[in-house]
Amino acid sequence: MNVIDTPIDTKIVARSDESSDIFTLTLQFTDTEKKDYAFQPGQFNMLYLFGVGEVPISILSNGVDNRLYAHTIRRVGRVTDGLSLLQVGDHVGLRGPFGRGWPLDLAQGKDVLVITGGLGCAPSVSIIYHILKHRADFGRLFILQGVKHSSDLIFKKQYEQWAALPNVQVALAADSSQPNWPGHTGLITELLDQINLDVNNTLCMMCGPEGMMRASVQRLTQMHFPEEAIYLSLERNMECAVGHCGHCQFGGDFICKEGPVFNYPQVKALLNKKGF
Amino acid sequence: MPYFLAYEQFNDLISALNALGYRCLGPQVQDGTIVFDDLTDAKQLPWGMRDAQKPGQYRLQKSELNESFAWANGPQAIKPLLFKPKESLWRVERDEEGAFTFKETLPEHKPIALIGARSCDLAGMAVQDKTLLKGQYGDQQYRWHREHLLVIAVNCSYSGGNCFCVSTKTGPKATSGYDLALTEIQNGFVVEVGSDKGRDLIDSLHCNEAEAAEIAAAAQRSIDAANMQTKRMPKDNSRALRDILMNNLDHPRWQEVAERCLSCGNCTAVCPTCFCHHQTEHPTVDGNGSVHAREWDSCFTQGHSYIHGQVVRDTTEKRYKQWLTHKLGTWWDQFDTSGCVGCGRCVTWCPVGIDLTEEMAAIAGESNVVVDKKEKDS
Ligand SMILES: Cc1cc2nc3c(=O)[nH]c(=O)nc-3n(C[C@H](O)[C@H](O)[C@H](O)COP(=O)(O)OP(=O)(O)OC[C@H]3O[C@@H](n4cnc5c(N)ncnc54)[C@H](O)[C@@H]3O)c2cc1C
Ligand code: SF4
Ligand code: SF4
Ligand code: FES
Repeated sequence: MNVIDTPIDTKIVARSDESSDIFTLTLQFTDTEKKDYAFQPGQFNMLYLFGVGEVPISILSNGVDNRLYAHTIRRVGRVTDGLSLLQVGDHVGLRGPFGRGWPLDLAQGKDVLVITGGLGCAPSVSIIYHILKHRADFGRLFILQGVKHSSDLIFKKQYEQWAALPNVQVALAADSSQPNWPGHTGLITELLDQINLDVNNTLCMMCGPEGMMRASVQRLTQMHFPEEAIYLSLERNMECAVGHCGHCQFGGDFICKEGPVFNYPQVKALLNKKGF
Repeated sequence: MPYFLAYEQFNDLISALNALGYRCLGPQVQDGTIVFDDLTDAKQLPWGMRDAQKPGQYRLQKSELNESFAWANGPQAIKPLLFKPKESLWRVERDEEGAFTFKETLPEHKPIALIGARSCDLAGMAVQDKTLLKGQYGDQQYRWHREHLLVIAVNCSYSGGNCFCVSTKTGPKATSGYDLALTEIQNGFVVEVGSDKGRDLIDSLHCNEAEAAEIAAAAQRSIDAANMQTKRMPKDNSRALRDILMNNLDHPRWQEVAERCLSCGNCTAVCPTCFCHHQTEHPTVDGNGSVHAREWDSCFTQGHSYIHGQVVRDTTEKRYKQWLTHKLGTWWDQFDTSGCVGCGRCVTWCPVGIDLTEEMAAIAGESNVVVDKKEKDS
């Protein structure tokens, strides 16, 4: 069941703070009969803050209960500021799920390389949960995360837990770092040289700032990583999520419908142009 | 079989529509242009009026012809009736526990009969149907308006200075999308039927069947209108424009047009196919309810491409490029059609007279001027 035109009511059942400006709201439909809502990792919901408006936010299952939907949100403006003030028991409107998610079926039997920058990690967390839940279907898992400053890193504990798992390699990079930063200080692209990639049997999924994604694609192609095996999640202003309001257009694609996850060759031409 | 509706019968048409429960809208002169407004009497029509249109110019003048539809389109198409400039989408109520009840808001008004839509307007409506009605997701408000609209088209007997519907194959004669289509000739109109509703309506008026000479006169009117056009879209507005545009994103013309463009958004407001809109929120004073609405937006605004910390199209050059590449290019990817129906409105209503056919010509290297037929033959 999709909730397309008008939102439905949800209730915050859990809330956690990931950093001073990033928090996670876990939502549950108040109409508990709505059991058939299903989403794919990489899809998003439009969350509605009463009296203020809607914003697109990626959906994370919490990996345990399928009927709870977690959303990790950075406070940056009107709606997200308001959402950050909500507590357990408060209500939020929700429409969704929208868009196309990660091609996890194509990744079956292959190694998976997840590259994220900044809060890009939120949409990618759902990939990681999915792979860990269906571990036997996938090969090795590489998780590369880049941040501007080492203090920006969120989900620190999770990274430590994932790094301890067999066949999972976590590599962190910060453009600038504090003393005792366990990761690399420098560019995220430099992490690609630190891992032992099988370029012909890996699917790469990336999200984060476009500059970071362009640089990563460039480094990967230099390493003869096939372009067709690269998927990325794009972000544009979104107001309707159904291909009507026109804000998320990226050339001929509506990111809300055809994306947010795209195969790199499909968006390559415009990703390297300014203004789309 | 076409019918003939005499001028004296025009008010019967209005009465018949009113009797069927329609609110009639028709063209009339207001503020120096021709707009659609409530029509209760044929006297309100723009009798004897003719427009002079050029890039950035619109002027109404009296012509010696005492006809009611001897003018080319004004600033409005059908769009403002179907995809309204402002409209509410849903409302929410909050109860004592803080829980929300959401409810869609559908329009509530009489069905509308629009008299005087042009062929390009019908083509524009068909393009918007693809965006708001026929895709993966329909739009509830648009669908409601669409189902409550009856269209009486009037074929053009004259083309304005910015019309180029011949090259876009969207006019000047309407071929589909209407309930009735009229062509003005001496003393009245030849009427063609386009739907069952149109058939019932014309049957109720007891018109005579049109005579062969009347039908021929009407056909000649459309031919005359077509021959008047001096402007054309390069490559006849075909899909070829898509690749031409997308392969020329670094063409020097973009910067050149950006120096003239004011980024005002008039072109997108008058265009019958532009669909961009912005969503807005209107909380009630008691604090327990709110209405979620939309209003037209334009890719020429800052906000259109705003994402946190960045405006993707921060210059006029990027915005003009978005408009033209979308309208004539990537529209094909989205809806398997051009986004331009040749109405010329964006050319007329541009304060600095930027003409998209000329911009396209500069990039495509093919003229936007119709070669005179006589010249071509000789
Ligand atoms: C597919 C998708 C998934 C996203 N997932 C997440 C996520 O999981 N966590 C998270 O913190 N953020 C996510 N974002 C970004 C988030 O939507 C914006 O940060 C949010 O819209 C900002 O709204 P605001 O009202 O707080 O900010 P303001 O700066 O006040 O923005 C005003 C309005 O502009 C629009 N807008 C502004 N920035 C963006 C943006 N980046 N993307 C789309 N519309 C924007 C919104 O309509 C917003 O209400 C996602 C964006 C997209 C497109
Ligand atoms: S782009 Fe201009 S000429 Fe073409 S349909 Fe829109 S307003 Fe009319
Ligand atoms: S992006 Fe611009 S040209 Fe395209 S529909 Fe929206 S306003 Fe019109
Ligand atoms: S968000 Fe409105 S068209 Fe994509």
